[in-house]
Amino acid sequence: MSTITYLEAIREAQYEALRDNPDVFLYGQDIATFGGAFKATKNLGREFPGRVFDSPISEDAMIGMAIGAAVEGARPIVEMQFADFSSVGFNQIVNQAATLYWRTNTPCPITIRLPSGGTAGSGPFHSQSMESIYAHYPGLVILTPATVEDAYWMLLDSVKLDDPVIFCEHKFLYYHLKADGFGQGMPIGKARIARPGRDATVVTYSAMLHESLKAAEELRLDGYEVEVVDLRSVKPMDTDTILASVARTGRLLVVGESFPWGGATSEVVARVASEAFHLLDAPPMRLNSKDTPIPYHPNLWKAHRPTTASISAELRKLLRY
Amino acid sequence: MTSADKIVTPAFDESTEELRHDFLKALRCMILSRTLEEKLSSLYRAGGRIVGGVYLGRGQEAFSAAAGIQLRWGKDIFGPLIRDQAGRIAYGEPVIDTMRTYLGVVTGPMRGRDGNIHRGQPKQGYMAMISHLGSLLSVVAGALFARRLHGTLGDTAGATSIGDGGTSTGAFHEGLNLAAVEKLPLVVSVANNQYAYSTPTHRQYACEDLVQRAVGYGVGGHSVDGTDLLACVRIFRTAFQQARAGAGPQMVVGRLLRLGGHGEHDDASYVPNLQKHTHEGRDCLLVAQNQALELAWATPQDLEKWHKEARTEVDQALALVTKEPVPDPYRENWRALSTSGLVEGQEP
Ligand SMILES: Cc1ncc(C[n+]2csc(CCOP(=O)(O)OP(=O)(O)O)c2C)c(N)n1
Ligand SMILES: [Mg+2]
Repeated sequence: MSTITYLEAIREAQYEALRDNPDVFLYGQDIATFGGAFKATKNLGREFPGRVFDSPISEDAMIGMAIGAAVEGARPIVEMQFADFSSVGFNQIVNQAATLYWRTNTPCPITIRLPSGGTAGSGPFHSQSMESIYAHYPGLVILTPATVEDAYWMLLDSVKLDDPVIFCEHKFLYYHLKADGFGQGMPIGKARIARPGRDATVVTYSAMLHESLKAAEELRLDGYEVEVVDLRSVKPMDTDTILASVARTGRLLVVGESFPWGGATSEVVARVASEAFHLLDAPPMRLNSKDTPIPYHPNLWKAHRPTTASISAELRKLLRY
Repeated sequence: MTSADKIVTPAFDESTEELRHDFLKALRCMILSRTLEEKLSSLYRAGGRIVGGVYLGRGQEAFSAAAGIQLRWGKDIFGPLIRDQAGRIAYGEPVIDTMRTYLGVVTGPMRGRDGNIHRGQPKQGYMAMISHLGSLLSVVAGALFARRLHGTLGDTAGATSIGDGGTSTGAFHEGLNLAAVEKLPLVVSVANNQYAYSTPTHRQYACEDLVQRAVGYGVGGHSVDGTDLLACVRIFRTAFQQARAGAGPQMVVGRLLRLGGHGEHDDASYVPNLQKHTHEGRDCLLVAQNQALELAWATPQDLEKWHKEARTEVDQALALVTKEPVPDPYRENWRALSTSGLVEGQEP
């Protein structure tokens, strides 16, 4: 009886945030009457008159405005129509929001929702994963929910948090992923063992969690028990849970959908290599997308991002080492 | 402002002949564009062939084509946007390139790497838009700037388009201001189709008419009924003449209505029915055909023939593209740099 989708969880969390806190407002393109390009704010404009606003196509100003409102005590949730367009608001995010507390001792409680990641046929500008770019900057919290439960609880937590949150919700999971309910929340900054195992650890997040779980299942048929760790939050990163898992398995593969140069997956490998070199039985591995823009044609797109098949293949290499 | 409700029959002199020529050229591009887009729409609805969105220029063909016919392929710079299928045809892009890009075949200009409206051939002066609205304006300006620097500008003009929504971007503002400061021969078409996706213009800007902004930027401002091909042809003739003559950027604002969804996935139920029956909601193609008949610039037989030729051209393009190869990830070189020796993990 799986009834709630990942997308509905995001809508529900925004509903409750608006209901429970009069300081919350929503700002974004096409979100009021239309309910957003993906319908993540469906009916919220009607249910909360005067608190859900259609913005002009002005990402820089949208984020700057949210920062100013936050200084005055509001708790804005800003929707980017696609994560890719947050690049237009990049300056406000990394230079204004991210530095505000450190420079002025004034918290900046804003939540920026980034519909992220690839779907077939979406091409280079409607498919990007931006978590690594933003994680590079001090002063931001970067959340990458992979489950319906996390989408719901982490969005509610984001709004309560006194710091700027980049909420990376994956478009591929919007309609595909369903759950019976929201279950129990987990604290922000904690990773989760999504599947226990003893032969190798896969550390991943967002949509790649599901590809990794499928790969782990494939390897079970070959007699391997692969542990899968869902980071949940890319920043802060739960190093303890990662190290504890590697201590059990001795082998590490890190999987992410974003570009391969640097980023969240490199960060995991760097931490494990420098803090737990002695625990490793094989060189730590990473799997990301290819180092090109994200292709339009589905044939290329499928080969560009990690898939169950490519994760399984990497895992076999890791296990054979 | 010209209204096609009452056609002012032009006096017959040389300029009338030029007007007639431009009008008919634009009209034929409109017919071809509409026919092509109806085909894309039905391919989308049938499912399977086109993966991803389909974004059409229905209702904006007159405004787009009237600008496009002023541009010379291989000579002028063009940076079209979402709803410029008619202008792209008028500029000289073959119909098959649209088909190839939507179907993602390797023979197309984008080789399956990018799709739909995100296409162009920059080396020909035909810029390939990215999705981020407003960001092409400065690129077209840059191409013009370089030609002036190289002494090859001559009578080159550049043109680019934007919607009412896109005018709210910082990129649009910065780009137009820069082009004005550099006094570049640039024509910017602003297609005010009343909506940006679902957002009506009163949530987009607070001025009375977008053309007022021209004063602030220090560029020429022109206003036109975007459903009236004759008026559009006239206004763009003037705007391009002025830009080419060194008067700096010209901004042409067309009033019209998007006759369809934002993309073919969108039923546009947020557009009130009443609005579809306003002057802006007229179908510019029907208006233009009636103008042609009234001015005796075309006969019903001509129109029928042009439609038939358009259908044949579109069908032939589709038949050809259907047989062309789709990308193979094993043959794709996965190179994002032109300098092959610098691509990590690859032999030079
Ligand atoms: C910087 C940026 N933000 C958001 C979008 C998403 N988006 C694509 S088209 C569109 C509406 C554009 O409206 P308008 O400029 O009026 O052009 P129209 O679609 O009406 O032709 C939006 C919001 C985008 N492409 N670029
Ligand atoms: Mg518009």
